[in-house]
Order: sequence, then C-alpha cells, then structure tokens
Amino acid sequence: MRRYLPVLILAAVVIAVQLVVRAAGAVYYLTQATMAAYYCLVTVGLCLLMGYAGQISLGHAGFFAIGGYVSAFLTTLRLEAAAPASRFLSRLGVLAERQDLYENLLLGVSPWAALAAAVLATALVALVIGLPVIRLKGHYLAMATMGFGLIVFRVLLGTRFLGEADGIGGVPPLPLFGLEVSGGRAHRVESYYVAWALVLAALLLAVNLIHSRVGRALRSIHGGEEAANALGVNTTRYKLATFVLSAVFAGVAGVFLTHYNGGIGPSEAASMKSVRYVAIVAVGGMDNLWGTLIAGALLNFISLRGYLGSYDDAFFAGILILVMLFFPDGLLRPRWLKRGAP
Amino acid sequence: MPFDQILQYFLAGVTEGAIYATIAIGFNIIYNTTGIINFAQGEFLVLGGMIAVTLSAFLPLPLAIALAVAATMAVGALVDLVFIRWLASPSVLRLVVITIGVSILLREGMLHVWDEKVRALRHFTGSEISSVRFLGAHIAPQALWVLGIAAVIVAVLAIFFRFTLVGRAMRACAANRTAARLCGINTRWMVTLSFCLSAGIGALAGCALSPLTQTQYDMGAPLAIKGFTVAILGGLGNSMAAVAAGLILGLLEVFSISLLPLAYKDAVSLAVLLIVLFLRPGGLFGRLEAQRLKEF
Repeated sequence: MRRYLPVLILAAVVIAVQLVVRAAGAVYYLTQATMAAYYCLVTVGLCLLMGYAGQISLGHAGFFAIGGYVSAFLTTLRLEAAAPASRFLSRLGVLAERQDLYENLLLGVSPWAALAAAVLATALVALVIGLPVIRLKGHYLAMATMGFGLIVFRVLLGTRFLGEADGIGGVPPLPLFGLEVSGGRAHRVESYYVAWALVLAALLLAVNLIHSRVGRALRSIHGGEEAANALGVNTTRYKLATFVLSAVFAGVAGVFLTHYNGGIGPSEAASMKSVRYVAIVAVGGMDNLWGTLIAGALLNFISLRGYLGSYDDAFFAGILILVMLFFPDGLLRPRWLKRGAP
Repeated sequence: MPFDQILQYFLAGVTEGAIYATIAIGFNIIYNTTGIINFAQGEFLVLGGMIAVTLSAFLPLPLAIALAVAATMAVGALVDLVFIRWLASPSVLRLVVITIGVSILLREGMLHVWDEKVRALRHFTGSEISSVRFLGAHIAPQALWVLGIAAVIVAVLAIFFRFTLVGRAMRACAANRTAARLCGINTRWMVTLSFCLSAGIGALAGCALSPLTQTQYDMGAPLAIKGFTVAILGGLGNSMAAVAAGLILGLLEVFSISLLPLAYKDAVSLAVLLIVLFLRPGGLFGRLEAQRLKEF
C-alpha cells in the first residue's frame, strides 16, 4: 500500500491545483500545467532508462517528435473519398471526417488510429535504433543517441511533406469518452485532467515495473552489469525493453501534446530538448521517479510560463552542471520521497 | 559526371575534411590526457571565430586571429579549472553531462554577447570572388588557407608531442597517469594544458573556416558531432588516423549532395557515425584493444 501512497498524494495535488487556480481566478495557468504534464511523461520514461537501467539517452526529443509527427501527419491528411485506398481504410474504420476553416469536409485518419500508428512507429524506431545502441557505453552511447536525435531533427527540417521549418498545423483534437484533448478554452480543464491522469497511469506502470522481477533485474544492471550477467540476467534484453518503453512514453507524450497544441514543429526534436529532459531526471535524482516528477512539473512550468526569458536554455544547462558538480545523486532525495523504494 | 566537376567536388570535400580532422584532433588531445569527450569542442571554434571577427574591426587580421586564439585558450583552461579539475574520480557519465552543460552555457553566452547574426571574417587573401584554377576546377584561396593551416597544426603537434619535454610529459600522462605522476609530472596541469591546446586548435580552425561558412552562435554542435564522427572513424585518440578519416567523411558528405537533397547532408554524416559505432567502435584503422594504448 505504501508504494501507492505518493500516487494518491499526486492525484490530490492535481485536483487541489485546479481548485486553487480556479479560486484565484487564474485558470490560464492550467495551459502550462497541462503541457508540463506531457513533458513529465517523457521524463518519467527517461528516468526508468537512466536511473534504473543506467543508460543515458540524449535523443529522447527525437522519439517525442516521431510520435507527434506521425500523429499530426495522419490526422491532417486530405484523402480522396473515392480512392480505393481510402475506401479500404474507411471500411477498417480508421478514417475520420473533419471540417476546415471554410466548412469543407476533409477526410483524414482518425486520431485514435493515428495514435496507434504513432506508438507503433515510435516503438519500431526505438527497437531498430536500440538494438545496436544499447550495447554501447559511456560517451559512445551519449554520442550515438545524440546523433539519432540530430538526424530526426535534420530530416524533419528538410522534408517537404512534414512542413520543413514550419512543422504541421491544424491537427484536430483528440476525442476521449465525450471529453476532448485540445487547446480550446472550453476544454482547458478537461484537457488538464486527461494529461495528469495519463501521467498518473504512467507512474503506476513505472512503480509496478520497478517492484517487479524486471525492476530488480534492471537495478542489478545498474549495480554491475557483468555481475548481473553472471547471475543469468539477460542484461541486453532488459536494457532494450526499457529503452523501447521509455521511447513509447515519449512518443505518447508527443501525440497528446500535438493534439493539445493543434500542431508540432521541428523544434520539439532539437537536441536542447533532449538535454533538458536529462537535466530534469538528474535534478530528480536519477533513480527517483517522484523526484523526477516534481522536478519536471516545476521546471517545465517555470520554463513554459516564460519566467526565464532568453535565459531558458542557459538556466537548464546551469542547473545540469550544478547538480552534476555538487549533487551527482540528485537534489530531490530526502527520505520521505524514497519511502516507496526498497 | 565530367572530370572537372568531380575534381571540384573532390576539392570541396578535402577542404571540409580538413576542418573535421582538426576538430577531431581537438577531441583526441583531451580524450588522451583525461578520457573525457569534451562536448564543448565545437563551441571553441565558434568562440574563436566570433572573437576574431570582433577584433578584426580595429586590428590587423593576423593580430586579431592570434588574440582570438589566445583568448579561446584561456577559456579552455578556465573550463578545466572551474568544472573538471577538482572533481575526485568522477564517472564518465558525469563528465559527459558536465561538458554538455558547458557547451550550452558557452553557446548561450555567445548568443547574449554577439546575438544571433551571422558574421564572417575577412578572407585571408583575395575575396569571395577570387579563385585559383587547378586542372579545370576552381578553388578559393581561403580553402587553400584552410588546408595549409590544418597541415601546419598536424605537423606542429607531431613535433610537439615527439620532441618537446612538455609534449612527452603529456604522452606519458596519457599512457599511464599514475606512473606519470610518480615520475614527477604534474598531471593536473597536463589536463589543463590539453584543454588549452584543444581550445587553441579549435579557435584557429574556427578563424580559418569563418570566411567560407560564416560564424553563428549555434553552429558549434553540428561541427562537434562531425568532428566526433571523424575521431571515432579514425579510432578515438589516434590523431593521424583522424586526418584520413576526416578526408573520408568530407568526401562522403560532398558526394552525397549529388544523390540526396542538400538538407540531408548532415544526416548522412550522422548516419555514418551510427554505423561506425555499431560495426567498428574501434574505428576503421584499429581495434578497441589496441586503442587502449593511447597515442597522439
């Protein structure tokens, strides 16, 4: 029961924030709180990879962008209703109609089918990249993942049908049991709850994973990979699985944020974004899900509100250096935060 | 493709390759003395270029470049003194993350000092329209300067590491740090010196490059990653092989333009990096085991 206590506290905080913000008449804060939630989702996944499997990734913004772009591309397609391919797809039930600005009917892939495709694409890319990458260590691993992120960035920037530097706009909202994930003012509160519910679900999954056989195997890798291997833990497989899982977290976050923002641009794949995710996990204390979550929520919110002005990137770099110089085990690890962990 | 066009591409590739090779040598010097990959290497090029551009407004060009190199060397030494030197047995991951942070700080600092405008140093001789004819191809005098400077850097370094006391001390430090310390070599200062040296080489390359490709605050990272590709391709720590690897990558990039869109040019070299890392992490010319015996 103890390990779920933080989850309940988080749920209470999420509700409390909404009530306080409403009472204070500053509902617009929820917009940044929602976006921060999706970035938190990325860092929760990255925390599993960095803190528990002990592998750094400087390319997670790439996975975020792959998820977002696949979803954006598919949902903004303009298919011909009469074309045989569209007829086949519509029989599968994966197409959806939408209206443009002039009330013309457009035919694209439905958001949920696009979500499935985006998750699949992210997982597949992560698997193909991960197979060789995960065997690398130290700066080889850092450079290889950074290189992957840069390739994604360059390809997005140079590809005509993905909008080049402009990215893809006009992405329709994501319907969800009568609710809607979109940036419209009417859907602000429900989008906020959907975002944090997703983070909660991801956290539950992560917490359970850490306390399972898989989690123990991962920790043994972090402690000493050769020893773990000698004990019969298939370290490569566990590392790869964690890599793919954390990439999928990033991809899902990308899909949802794209629907929320109504579009996505290549800057989401920029290497600075990846460094920022790593900084947040480092502040949180590497193998500390709750610390990562708190750091992610606060830092992303501050940054998204624009309090840092043009010193945004410098702020994250400064934090990263300070933490690594003085607190290599992370800032946020008082004992009450570690209670759930063995 | 007609011969003179191939030659034209070839010369462009060699010029780019020479730059990548000098960046790779900068990586190698620091890697050999410390075991660190300095992710801020690309920023040294930009910093050198920027300072030289500013100084050249009121100083003669050679003096401006010399001062820029000296200033960047001081920054390099400062990076070591402030961020690296006093850490007691830090892990590789920690150092990687710290140098990444330093590179971003340098980049953001340059953004606030020099804004985001694209700047360029004067051509060392002639101007952007002058060219030398060579077997039917045209080559800019500045490209010759780049090649010449790269060659001089390689030659001077080779002499420095073989025949001077300090150079030999650095090699000893690379081969075995504890033994070097027992022989009375101050290994900490050797590390600082290696940062100085890398920064200076980077700054000089940045100055030579500036008239050709311009200098902008955020072009450090792409340059660094290509330099790193070359360093890996040649085998990390091996500077002579880095020259060959630099030429290979430069040529590969230039000829890729004739097949793929220009926008994908950077993606090509990154793909090369990933493939080499996966297939031959010891580099084209060496093995991982042989690489443990570090040699400049």
